[in-house]
Amino acid sequence: MTRSYIMDEPDERNRLDAMAQGVIGRPLDRPEGPLKTSGTATYAAEYRMNGRIEGVLVTATIAKGEVTVLDESSVRDFPGVIAVISDDRMTARAAQGGAGKSPVRKVREVRYYGQPIALVVAETFEQARHAAKALRIEYREDAAALVDAQDDAIAFEQFEEPIIQGDLDKALNEAAHTVDVTYTTEGHNSAAMEPHASIADWDGKILTLHSSLQMLRFNRKELADALGIDPEQVRLVSPYVGGGFGSKLGISPEGVAAAVAAIRLKRPVRVVMLRQQVFQCVMRRSETRQRVRLAADAQGRLNGFGHEAWVTNLPGEEFAEPVLQASEFLYAGENRVLDLQLGRIHRVTAGSVRAPGEAVGMQVLEAAMDELAEAIGIDPVELRLRNIPEKHPSEGTPYSSRKLEECLRRGAERFGWDASPRKPCLRREDEWWVGTGMATATRVHNLNEAYARVTLRSDGTAEVASDMTDIGTGTYAILGQIAGEMLGLDPAVVTVRLGDTRFPPGSGSGGSWGACSTGSAVLEACEGVRAALAAKLGCEEAALKLKDGHAFSGADKVALSDLLGGVDVVQLGHFKPGKITEAFSAAMYGAFFAEVGVNAYSGEVRLRRFTGAFSLGRVLNAKTATSQCMGGMVWGIGSALTEGLTFDPRDGHIVNPDFAEYHIPVNLDVPHLDVLLVEERDPAGSPLQAKGVGELGICGAAGAIANAVYNASGVRVRSFPITPDKVLVGLPEI
Amino acid sequence: MRAFTYSRAAAVAHACQQTRDGARLIAGGTNLLDLMKLEIEVPEVVIDINRLDLANIAQSGAGLRIGSLVTNSACAAHPRVRGHYPVLSRAILAGATFQLRNKATTGGNLCQRTRCYYFYNRDQACNKRDPGSGCSALEGANRIHAILGASEDCIATYPGDMAVALAALNADVEVTAPDGSVRSIPVREFHRLPGDTPDRDNVLEPGDVITAVTLPAPVGGTQIYRKVRDRASYAFALVSIACVLKMDEGRIASAALAFGGLAHKPWHDSDMDELLTGKAPSDTLFEAVADLLLDGACSYGQNDFKIGMTRRVLKAVLREATGMQA
Amino acid sequence: MPLTINGTDHDFIGDPRTTLLDYLRDECGLTGTKKGCDHGQCGACTVLVNGQRINSCLTLAVMHEDDQVTTIEGLGTASNLHPLQAAFVRHDGYQCGYCTPGQICSAKAMIDEAANGWPSFVTADLFEPVKLTTDEIRERMSGNLCRCGAYSNIVDAVTEILETKR
Ligand SMILES: Cc1cc2nc3c(=O)[nH]c(=O)nc-3n(C[C@H](O)[C@H](O)[C@H](O)COP(=O)(O)OP(=O)(O)OC[C@H]3O[C@@H](n4cnc5c(N)ncnc54)[C@H](O)[C@@H]3O)c2cc1C
Ligand code: SF4
Ligand code: FES
Ligand code: FES
Repeated sequence: MTRSYIMDEPDERNRLDAMAQGVIGRPLDRPEGPLKTSGTATYAAEYRMNGRIEGVLVTATIAKGEVTVLDESSVRDFPGVIAVISDDRMTARAAQGGAGKSPVRKVREVRYYGQPIALVVAETFEQARHAAKALRIEYREDAAALVDAQDDAIAFEQFEEPIIQGDLDKALNEAAHTVDVTYTTEGHNSAAMEPHASIADWDGKILTLHSSLQMLRFNRKELADALGIDPEQVRLVSPYVGGGFGSKLGISPEGVAAAVAAIRLKRPVRVVMLRQQVFQCVMRRSETRQRVRLAADAQGRLNGFGHEAWVTNLPGEEFAEPVLQASEFLYAGENRVLDLQLGRIHRVTAGSVRAPGEAVGMQVLEAAMDELAEAIGIDPVELRLRNIPEKHPSEGTPYSSRKLEECLRRGAERFGWDASPRKPCLRREDEWWVGTGMATATRVHNLNEAYARVTLRSDGTAEVASDMTDIGTGTYAILGQIAGEMLGLDPAVVTVRLGDTRFPPGSGSGGSWGACSTGSAVLEACEGVRAALAAKLGCEEAALKLKDGHAFSGADKVALSDLLGGVDVVQLGHFKPGKITEAFSAAMYGAFFAEVGVNAYSGEVRLRRFTGAFSLGRVLNAKTATSQCMGGMVWGIGSALTEGLTFDPRDGHIVNPDFAEYHIPVNLDVPHLDVLLVEERDPAGSPLQAKGVGELGICGAAGAIANAVYNASGVRVRSFPITPDKVLVGLPEI
Repeated sequence: MRAFTYSRAAAVAHACQQTRDGARLIAGGTNLLDLMKLEIEVPEVVIDINRLDLANIAQSGAGLRIGSLVTNSACAAHPRVRGHYPVLSRAILAGATFQLRNKATTGGNLCQRTRCYYFYNRDQACNKRDPGSGCSALEGANRIHAILGASEDCIATYPGDMAVALAALNADVEVTAPDGSVRSIPVREFHRLPGDTPDRDNVLEPGDVITAVTLPAPVGGTQIYRKVRDRASYAFALVSIACVLKMDEGRIASAALAFGGLAHKPWHDSDMDELLTGKAPSDTLFEAVADLLLDGACSYGQNDFKIGMTRRVLKAVLREATGMQA
Repeated sequence: MPLTINGTDHDFIGDPRTTLLDYLRDECGLTGTKKGCDHGQCGACTVLVNGQRINSCLTLAVMHEDDQVTTIEGLGTASNLHPLQAAFVRHDGYQCGYCTPGQICSAKAMIDEAANGWPSFVTADLFEPVKLTTDEIRERMSGNLCRCGAYSNIVDAVTEILETKR
């Protein structure tokens, strides 16, 4: 029987704090650590199967048009080649997160450079890769395709109803201080270290896909839809995922192609994307152009707030980088304009990349806020403090727990923030201008439906099972801790099994909702187990205390293994977000403080110190939560200083589709990261009173760095990333 | 990767004959295999030279002879190199990573090919890869491209670091030809400008095998290698400068400058060295040197910044080398 | 063609195109060594050959006759972790785990390189014995990308091992 919890209201029960085990929140090591560090955790491409053959995708070399010739005979006689497949079931794009249905198929209709058009299958990888290169293809090219995001011919359209309140222009005219600035950010790639990889195996009835995916319950439907089979005929297996960051939310072309090939050839087929293909045919974060207009009174109180953004995507895609997501609720300002515009161009699909929206929206907003603080002449921390609204500025809804002020104050204290008047170019150490900057962090809190099964085994150990994934976020650790806390068990005796559609459908990992959503399903299942134990013990559930494998009721103490009498207790838990999502503006908050050096000659920027203070609701595991924040901050460094997709202006192909030229930060780019977790419980966040963790660390981080660059050197770079060439032009003469 | 025949060279002469007949040498493999996987290089025969006896560093007259199979790591760490040619150690250590330098060899490093984005994409026009097909970089993404000595057929840069230091040190490349003859090519003349044959990176002829690099007698002085890049490590140079400079009683007794990231070869102009020599250091002098370097510079849009960047960084290097304040 | 992997003799026969990385993963079943880019750009494939760290994706298996190859599996096992592996677990020096074997092999070799006095790009004095400061560790570990961003913890893990050695 399933126990269900539909969350319509804040959950004030605070069940976890009422428990006795005392493991929730503790900085425990990840249970899968020994496997990962010894190289024995098995990732998608690493399953050995008899007769496995290799497929390599063939991708388009034009922006738009049609494949007119795909000459199988050009490679048929190559050693080892088994088949060339260009099938209507194959997918030309990756599915958007949560799509639950197949993305665009029609692989022979080319809509972007890099689009998969065929799969070459051979006995070995080298044979397949070579044949994939040699395959003769001809196109009918559509010359008029728009590929350049700067092209004036792009007709931008409103993506959603804009928020227009009061009269922003008037507010700007009458304000004591204003800012009206336009910033740009470049496209990004998730660039998980594990490339997208799948091994498909078809037994005539069931298709098993070992794949690197984030959200199996959706991916299963997406794959089944593409193949035209029943979702029940699809089994997905992804116990370890080598990073996702949004790029593995939806089924991607290599998985579908592997499945099609396995069905057709009746042999297990492995397809691993080449690194260049991961860039060219999965997902990009759209480049953005953003205009921010702020109007403030003499004390720095905002009464006008405008944030407009222009982003792009492929025709037919329903996703637009939600740049303004945080701008809707973060700061005050009665006169508001928030407007997101989407333009259509023929570049690889734009989709979710870690913290879609806030990642780029917040860095720009926070840089603009720094410009405002300067215009007013007040401390940028103070400016933020003065603009924390009472209620949602457009919807009027209350905020759930919000510790922005604490984060700002405690972060500033921890960093040693100097609140005295600020001026650029005051501090010089040898060749380096040194300066500091800060920014607010915020990210909306998301929840998703989830199921999980908890088994309390008769020997007093437990198992948690869900098709939820652990993409590096610490799911194995925290689900074990939740169950351990609820059932009075050392998490070491709780086995967590994930990433297999044979288990109950979890929330999947994405939008920072995984821990709260699947965690709440585990909590609910544990409630059921507790009720069963109370019944066995003959006490009220409320009087039941579970600790260290024992049940206590009043003066009675009994070992769980005795109480269970050889019978396992199995409980399915279900969690679903209900009206709660509308009732509150729920978000995670924080503050960043950065110190940078800017080389006075070359314009190179080096981050010297970086502090982040974050409130994320209850912390489920302080170690993994800290790591998630750090990871986000590293992404912030990339977004601030090094990362940007470069597209060819003529055919829209990515010219830097690899790690040599798409620069993600390396170890030397990253100073010691100082993370402060600010204690919080958010009853509206989830029954765990926790909120999302995985993305907050990016949201605003790059703004703090940009502001520090300005404070150090006097150069306000309004186009991210802040590479040396852009800094150089504004530096003082030498 | 296209299938190929693999064999090992038993002797230098054997390697020479094989390459004359179209085989490719593989040393560390860190550049060749990268390109073979992309089928930018498609040799039918690959000759592994790693077991040849070319991995020694030895005294040679007053200078040093570095075998062509000496790895970048071994070269940078060698006590003599560190002691007498620190600019070489520094330049090598500024390139790639420990893992790559442990494999990369002295000969292979000299012959590494450009990192031009379009050269790396077999489906784009590129005169270097496919003579006569056109140059996609000219009106495309050219942020990393050349500002000196380019041609309308190719604006690529030579991406390496080590050779820039070698150019400043005025080292020689020792080359053995199929007839057994050994000749010496100054590093400064080893790489070519693209002209209308950008497919040729350097002056090696079919059958030539690099057997060593020889360094002249140590010159001492202050030696600096400065590299500007897009992240703190593991990135190619936007601009790099190797400087070997000696002061004597407040004047510049001798100077040698070489530049990376600016041209199809490590850029060296002896007029610059001469202009510095004998003068008292001053910003005016440094500006004049920069003018000499950059007056003929030509940029292509995205790489315009390299001109200003080079000027500024050159000033930093010369100030440091001459002991002026930063 | 004989070579030794983690102390065990192997005999490579096959397509000369096979990289050492693919040989380890697909033929020897040693999938601890990861493929992140296949082009020498990420370090996930780092293994030790005759004690030195290299990118196994940019070398051919046939080139390694008689070589001694050590992979992550040769350092320690899940039930008997090498001290570095254990330190990575304690310091959470990984998240998704995909770059991790490469990081650990790299750290192992780094410690030996420093002991041999090999300087790095950030070494101020080319002649002083190398001291593995945090900046030295960062530079020397920069050949191993980590998209999860575990760098700060990786440096802590390595530092702890160095301190226990001292
Ligand atoms: C991700 C990445 C980053 C890098 N970053 C940098 C950097 O920042 N700075 C830098 O300088 N380099 C960098 N490199 C390049 C690296 O230094 C070169 O790949 C390496 O030096 C090549 O040496 P190798 O021995 O591996 O050459 P191989 O790949 O074996 O050979 C390269 C070429 O040289 C030829 N060759 C080799 N030996 C001889 C010989 N004795 N005689 C004649 N021809 C010969 C080969 O036939 C081949 O054409 C980077 C490489 C990668 C993959
Ligand atoms: S610059 Fe040279 S290497 Fe680059 S595309 Fe043009 S011809 Fe090719
Ligand atoms: S897989 Fe070898 S360096 Fe990336
Ligand atoms: S742990 Fe995921 S890439 Fe490093």
